[in-house]
Amino acid sequence: MSDTSTNGYKSGSRLEQVLRAGHFAVTAELGPPQGADGEIIRKKARLLKGLCEAVNITDNQTAIVRMSSIGAGAIVLQEGLEPVIQMTCRDRNRLAIQSDLLGAYALGARNVLCLTGDHQSFGNHPTAKNVHDLDSVQLIQMVVEMRDQGRFQCGDEIKGVAPRFFVGGAANPFGDPFEWRPYRLGKKAKAGVDFIQTQLIYNVERFSKYMEKVRELGLHEQVYILAGIGPLKSPGMARYMRDQVPGLDVPDHLVDRMTAAASGISKEDKAARREAWRKEGIQIAIELVQQLKGIEGVAGVHIMAIEWEEAVRPIVEGAGLFPRPEPEPLPTADDPAD
Amino acid sequence: MIVAEQKPLDEIRDLIADAGKVLVVGCGTCVTVCFAGGEKEAGILATSLRMASKLNGNAQDVTHLTVQRQCEWEYLDPIEEQIRQAEVVVSLGCGVGVQALAEHFPQAWVVPGLNTSFMGLPTEQGVWEERCAACGSCILGLTGGICPIARCAKQLLNGPCGGSQDGVCEVNAETPCAWQLIYDRLKAHDRLDLLMEIQPPKDWSTSRDGGPRRITREDLRLVAEQVE
Ligand code: SF4
Ligand code: SF4
Repeated sequence: MSDTSTNGYKSGSRLEQVLRAGHFAVTAELGPPQGADGEIIRKKARLLKGLCEAVNITDNQTAIVRMSSIGAGAIVLQEGLEPVIQMTCRDRNRLAIQSDLLGAYALGARNVLCLTGDHQSFGNHPTAKNVHDLDSVQLIQMVVEMRDQGRFQCGDEIKGVAPRFFVGGAANPFGDPFEWRPYRLGKKAKAGVDFIQTQLIYNVERFSKYMEKVRELGLHEQVYILAGIGPLKSPGMARYMRDQVPGLDVPDHLVDRMTAAASGISKEDKAARREAWRKEGIQIAIELVQQLKGIEGVAGVHIMAIEWEEAVRPIVEGAGLFPRPEPEPLPTADDPAD
Repeated sequence: MIVAEQKPLDEIRDLIADAGKVLVVGCGTCVTVCFAGGEKEAGILATSLRMASKLNGNAQDVTHLTVQRQCEWEYLDPIEEQIRQAEVVVSLGCGVGVQALAEHFPQAWVVPGLNTSFMGLPTEQGVWEERCAACGSCILGLTGGICPIARCAKQLLNGPCGGSQDGVCEVNAETPCAWQLIYDRLKAHDRLDLLMEIQPPKDWSTSRDGGPRRITREDLRLVAEQVE
């Protein structure tokens, strides 16, 4: 069996260090472009650097082809920001996932988020074949075993350096059956997941109920739970998310607040209305962060400002989460002894 | 049963365009029950093809017949003569039936008149739903008799994805979420413990992923001497 420790850490990633040190963690999200321009990644990375421990790089999110998570992640690393590689079960079988993760680790990635993946019918290649060789729970288990046992899924030994990732998973507290969601989280914990990033949370009350059950099961002590935050851009977006997106719960009072934000501003003055909405969206996000921070078992927030990376700074600063803590550097973190 | 539906008439017409003499062969088993390729549908299709070709000024001689079961060769022997006379045979059997005809009558040109859709059952008059994807290693014993391979859009084995809402699948509001159904059933039977266990990655080698499948039963095979 290969060494399972990286100076006492599982992976030594910055995200892991900050969480282990007991700080309230911040992760953000970076959506790669629908093209091959690496400069776009660099620009976005510069907007996010210093504001979060690590940044998720989505994997063909909503089943729309974009630059690969690992490719974009390598660029993010060059910019001095830590990526969370997203890996879905939709596009790759167990062979492809494992080989991609070996490559990602060799490039310096240390965090991976294991996902089922949005169905291809939502994206721009609805006639594609999907894979789903593994599901997200099995994917978590596989990546954990690669790290802790130095073995591939088939049981063969990994030759030389085994990839040691800080392993993440997703949780949707608002999916159905609602009462089973904490147990599904428990299953991911049992599979060995280290951290969880939740679906966007707008309904704090309902999320608190979920967390109550999570604490009852002791899961908050087994995994770090980062609550999902998404600044609303407009009342239209809020309504769309409330009415059209399965698994999202946006309470009416937030939709009303977004609508009210531009009241008094003439319909013609589009720029001013947009400005007012965005300001209110950021304000709501700050309040959500503060409320979620108060819930026992919430170890951090994951800010998903999709195609609006500029919003992360005011949210992090506004919520009093700036500057980010500086974890003690690990002398040999990048050189796992084997 | 195997559930199929008829191809659009234009597509079938394209497939038989060059033929003067066409034979439509229906099947008396699954596709009769799902009203896609039985005696009645074979007759209607033959008539439609005849009329369409006449309107087109290029009348084709289209006849039809139905066999009890297209997917077994012994049922095909009696129609050898009619097959021989046809330039093109339109099979209204499922994909197995089409191939049984082509394999049994190598000289015949056989085209499909149906799109074979799935293995399923009628859930109400005029509605059929998929139930099994023939994965070759049945797990219904773990899932309360509801199949997540055939009925969950992502073939999940460890519970519902985050998109399950109000009992329906995120992929299609007409489709119940298989995992909600499984959950409800396990709960009703007080067997939710089955859902708590992590199901390991599935062995897909018994499924289509392992290549074309074949079952050999030595106990049923005719030994060479006995045949002679
Ligand atoms: S588990 Fe496999 S064999 Fe059983 S019903 Fe589902 S697809 Fe068919
Ligand atoms: S909503 Fe239910 S049936 Fe649809 S993909 Fe998710 S778990 Fe499967």
